[in-house]
Amino acid sequence: MEPFISLTGSAVPLLLDDVNTDQIAPADRSHGHGADMKATLFSRWKAGDPNFVFNRPQFQEPRILVSRDNFACGSSRESAVWAMTANGIRCIVARTIADIFKENCLRNGMLTIELPADTAKDFEDKVIKADGAKHFTVDLPSQTITCPDGSKIAFDVTPAEKTALLEGLDDIGQTLKHKADIQAFEARIKQEKPWLQEAVARQ
Amino acid sequence: MPQTLFAKIWEAHLVTKRTDGRDIIYIDRHIMHDLHAPIAMQKIVDSGRTVHRPDLTWSSQDHSVSIRLDRDTNAKDGSPLNQKVRVLAKQFGIRVFDIGDAEQGISHVIGPELGMILPGSTYACPDSHACTIGGLGALAFATGTTELEHVLATQTIAFVRPKTMRVNLTGKLKPGVTAKDVILRIISQLGVDGARGYVVEYAGPVAEALEVEGRLTLCNMSIEWGARSGLIAPDEKTLAWIKGRPYAPVGAQWEAGLEGWREFKTDPGATFDREHTIDCAGLDPQITWGTNPGQVIGISDLVPDPSSVDPAKRDAFLHSLDYMGLTAGQPIAGLAVDVVFIGSCNNARMSDLEEVAKIVRGKKLASGVRALIVPGSSAVKRAAEAKGFDKVFTDAGFQWGSSGCSMCAGGEGIVATKGQRVVSTTNRNFENRQGAGVRTHLVGPAMAAAAAITGKITDVRALAEA
Ligand code: SF4
Repeated sequence: MEPFISLTGSAVPLLLDDVNTDQIAPADRSHGHGADMKATLFSRWKAGDPNFVFNRPQFQEPRILVSRDNFACGSSRESAVWAMTANGIRCIVARTIADIFKENCLRNGMLTIELPADTAKDFEDKVIKADGAKHFTVDLPSQTITCPDGSKIAFDVTPAEKTALLEGLDDIGQTLKHKADIQAFEARIKQEKPWLQEAVARQ
Repeated sequence: MPQTLFAKIWEAHLVTKRTDGRDIIYIDRHIMHDLHAPIAMQKIVDSGRTVHRPDLTWSSQDHSVSIRLDRDTNAKDGSPLNQKVRVLAKQFGIRVFDIGDAEQGISHVIGPELGMILPGSTYACPDSHACTIGGLGALAFATGTTELEHVLATQTIAFVRPKTMRVNLTGKLKPGVTAKDVILRIISQLGVDGARGYVVEYAGPVAEALEVEGRLTLCNMSIEWGARSGLIAPDEKTLAWIKGRPYAPVGAQWEAGLEGWREFKTDPGATFDREHTIDCAGLDPQITWGTNPGQVIGISDLVPDPSSVDPAKRDAFLHSLDYMGLTAGQPIAGLAVDVVFIGSCNNARMSDLEEVAKIVRGKKLASGVRALIVPGSSAVKRAAEAKGFDKVFTDAGFQWGSSGCSMCAGGEGIVATKGQRVVSTTNRNFENRQGAGVRTHLVGPAMAAAAAITGKITDVRALAEA
């Protein structure tokens, strides 16, 4: 996984609640062979509304996406993350973010930041003011966002997630270090509840 | 110390703690599907890893399959995704519930139906509706594609332990009110992100009184209010429902299992991080009016007024009204319907089709209405046909299909057209999900049947009396 350390670029404001993954990555554009993930991102909203923020010239290459509550709820499709990374977005800032999406982001080197409502409001205002022309810097080691006016916003991230992102840790590799524990667990269950370790049509 | 049902399942599956603090939880049953399995299996190949337990892993062909009635006899071709699943699964020795197989169906429908899911067990599926199986008192994990790869490689999931919530459902449902109405009510009352971060246990007299298939319907929509998973304690009804199913243990193993399965319930005095009580006694059939599953009203209610919502949410509310082609204050009942879809992992089991058959038998679709019924699994299809339901439905003018996700998410191009109003027994009324610009209203199966027959959104109870 590509490590995440620091990122500088424009921030695109999608200031809506409950944006769901069906909108982020519509199904008809997500799953075919060699689906063009770059074009997938918000393809329906892009096609339906010329004023949609991603259609505006200043938001053609954002690095940060800013949204409100319950961002990326709904389907677990990881294409919602891939559609963003294909467009160069590596950081989501929102008031709250749906659980499955957060997990998917973490496994793709995408930083998710949840800001409390008052800080979020302040940040959103700066993003609107910057209007794609001025850049923000998200720095993970110091856990701060530096705004175009030089002000800094601190954010929380768990130590484990911070390490995973900074080092680009391979999630599967981490668990495979415990392979012996997994096998011991399986051996124990085979004794105690053999039906769980064997799944065949019996009748 | 008294424990919750969730904690009991978690601890029974805890392998160890990872150095980053995540718990490694063992997965008893893993069913993938055609949208995500090909990518994840390919990544396993590319990384040189192996599938740790192909014998506890299956893949169902559901999302991208055709629903044509002749598909099973017309060669097992299927979509490019279906073909890729076959090739890779064979390489790993993973059983595919393929087109034409007797066990084919939507992953969350067939897992329970085949008796794979036992109370207190764990299940993973790369699909947000994995939580369906919580209706049997089992714990589901919905994964993305990389997590799916993790399950393939390790037969575990590495998770931060979620918080717990209990929703006590009190009262007694009125006749004609179903599990679907209960979950729609829960979401509208507690909000589309009300359960974010939590595993929810649904409890109380309403949960206890529901039949097992209703519990599956209820738990299915746990993700629709953000829950990590949802479940209902198993009881004697659950055990009776599972007994004798193909993959369920038999003989001495069944007997040995029983004692443990009966322990999978929340102990008196166990505490939850949050608790809610919802009285369901006065509940009427529910229907969504908007573009998220929390925008719900009773069938006799009026489309709500923007002034009734928090000013910060007003723009989104107005957008939903506009998208749905509705005006605040108008009655929802009586709206003309273009398409009716009865299907999905939410509401396409045999008990659902029985409800539908009761309503449509001997009747005809209203003129101009297009209606589809797509069974949740091939087994449901056979059972329905054995009872002659296919004839009941097609005589009435419905299209009867082979099992798959179909129009739930616009699979295989089965969609409505812009501006059409669809009454659907599915779980998501998101914009564009059933086609660009399509207006979806979620209801239970009998309500959908009533809409098909009358051509408008209708209180099924009035129809039954008439
Ligand atoms: S029926 Fe619909 S909700 Fe269920 S698994 Fe298929 S696409 Fe997803």
